[in-house]
Amino acid sequence: MSMTDHTDQDADLGFDDDQPAGRRAGAKSRLARAAQKRGPSRLALIPADTTASRALVTVIAIMTFLATLTGGGAVLVYDASKGWDSSISQEMTIQVKPVLGRDVEADVRKSAELARNMPGFSEVRTFSNDESTKLLEPWLGAGLDLSGLPIPRLIVLKLAGSPRPNLDELRRQLHQQVPSAVLDDHRLWLERLGTMSRALVLVALVVLGLVLTAMALAVAFATQGAMAGSREIVDVLHFVGAEDRFIANEFQRHFLKLGLKGGFIGGGGALIVFFLAGIATSWWVTSLEGNQVEALFGNFALGSAGYVTIVVIACAIAALTALMSRSVVLRRLRKVN
Amino acid sequence: MVRFENVGLRYGMGTEVLRDISFAIEPQSFQFLTGPSGAGKTTLLRLILMSLRPTRGFISLFGQDVSQLGKDEISAIRRRVGVVFQDFRLLDHLTTYENVALPLFVQGQEDRTYRPQVIELLRWVGLGDHIHAYPPVLSGGEKQRAAIARALIVQPELLLADEPTGNVDPTLARRLLRLFMELNKSGTSVIIATHDLALMDQFDSAKRFVLGEGRLHVYD
Repeated sequence: MSMTDHTDQDADLGFDDDQPAGRRAGAKSRLARAAQKRGPSRLALIPADTTASRALVTVIAIMTFLATLTGGGAVLVYDASKGWDSSISQEMTIQVKPVLGRDVEADVRKSAELARNMPGFSEVRTFSNDESTKLLEPWLGAGLDLSGLPIPRLIVLKLAGSPRPNLDELRRQLHQQVPSAVLDDHRLWLERLGTMSRALVLVALVVLGLVLTAMALAVAFATQGAMAGSREIVDVLHFVGAEDRFIANEFQRHFLKLGLKGGFIGGGGALIVFFLAGIATSWWVTSLEGNQVEALFGNFALGSAGYVTIVVIACAIAALTALMSRSVVLRRLRKVN
Repeated sequence: MVRFENVGLRYGMGTEVLRDISFAIEPQSFQFLTGPSGAGKTTLLRLILMSLRPTRGFISLFGQDVSQLGKDEISAIRRRVGVVFQDFRLLDHLTTYENVALPLFVQGQEDRTYRPQVIELLRWVGLGDHIHAYPPVLSGGEKQRAAIARALIVQPELLLADEPTGNVDPTLARRLLRLFMELNKSGTSVIIATHDLALMDQFDSAKRFVLGEGRLHVYD
């Protein structure tokens, strides 16, 4: 049938506009404007502007915010642990304990000499008595006379990188010539810090997994609710010949949009939080407490890897939302059929 | 085109609501399906539309045994059938234009390819000024015509209309019947479920399928 064949029969068929003038005119013009604004590009078969949709966007935004905070935190901890690792592993310490009957200054000089004679160190610096005492100030306070205490003296050795120093040989020489000196390569610290950072990253991953699981369940319930609310839409789509795949695609597209919206809000919020935290700590770092926090946790400034992680998590949440809804819809349609 | 042989249908363990239904719908034919309220007219249309499966008997649509069809094949057959529901079943969040264009959208066609065709059909059924209106603000007659336009837009080989004049005044009912007759002339087989005797009297040459007590009687 060609519609053109019938255009000349409009008058015969007599379908003139039988709507009373003025009735619903306001509502019509409003709806017409809305329809024109939406444009003819693509039909949104699942209504988007519903209370349930807005609630789901809020849930996804909160979940994304928590997930990206967790992910960004894990990246911060990982980066900080790398910082500890690289800064500590570039230095070693010879600790010379004051022993009764030995000249500690002579022991310090001898130890430093042995270190200088060993290839692989770029710098050997002996901490003076005052410097060693100053290191204890954060714990014992300033202005105390510590001359009566047997405070060990420190010699800091900086690694040249290549060649690697023969630490066993240095330990042997120190043991023979300066029995009160101990070489500390911070291996124990490194192991503990490594374990701690790995544990923190693991905890972050578990939290991330829990957040994603909770979100997936929320999306599954929301999809079932949306399907129940769209029962008539699904029926009509079936009657006009839509396949299950088509209907699932429509729901998937609808939930992908909601996921992207929620992910953008939640991820954007996390990015702002990290950005502000970075600025705040850069101001705070001038204080002693700020210095200590920075030494332990870094400066809260996310690197590019951190920002990429947040974007990836937000996109993954949107994709998870879409795939979860598709799976739920297809399962429900199979049951209905 | 449509063939029923000894079809029976029961819901659950109840008695059969349709018994030994046998008939055939020929291409380009016109028939009324009538009977008292609750006789099973809508149920019979749903069997033709494959939204219900018979408990016994044989149904073929377009030469295919319905019991052997997969879901995608059912969808493909439904694309050859236009349906006008008694309660219109327009989607309230879509405009009249979008509702009418829905079957073409489902078939994967682009808006720019079907836009002139949809607008032309809307004008043909007298809804040219209501393209951007939403169903909740349309009158009963306008909704009816929008539902009919949606059924016609795919130029179906078979049109099923369930009480298409049930919500309109006699004048509009006559106009709608003329619309279906025009459609039939252009090659579509039409089945109209109605209990409006006056309407059927306006088209004497149409076959009458009369449902009563679960059985079907065909009058040429």
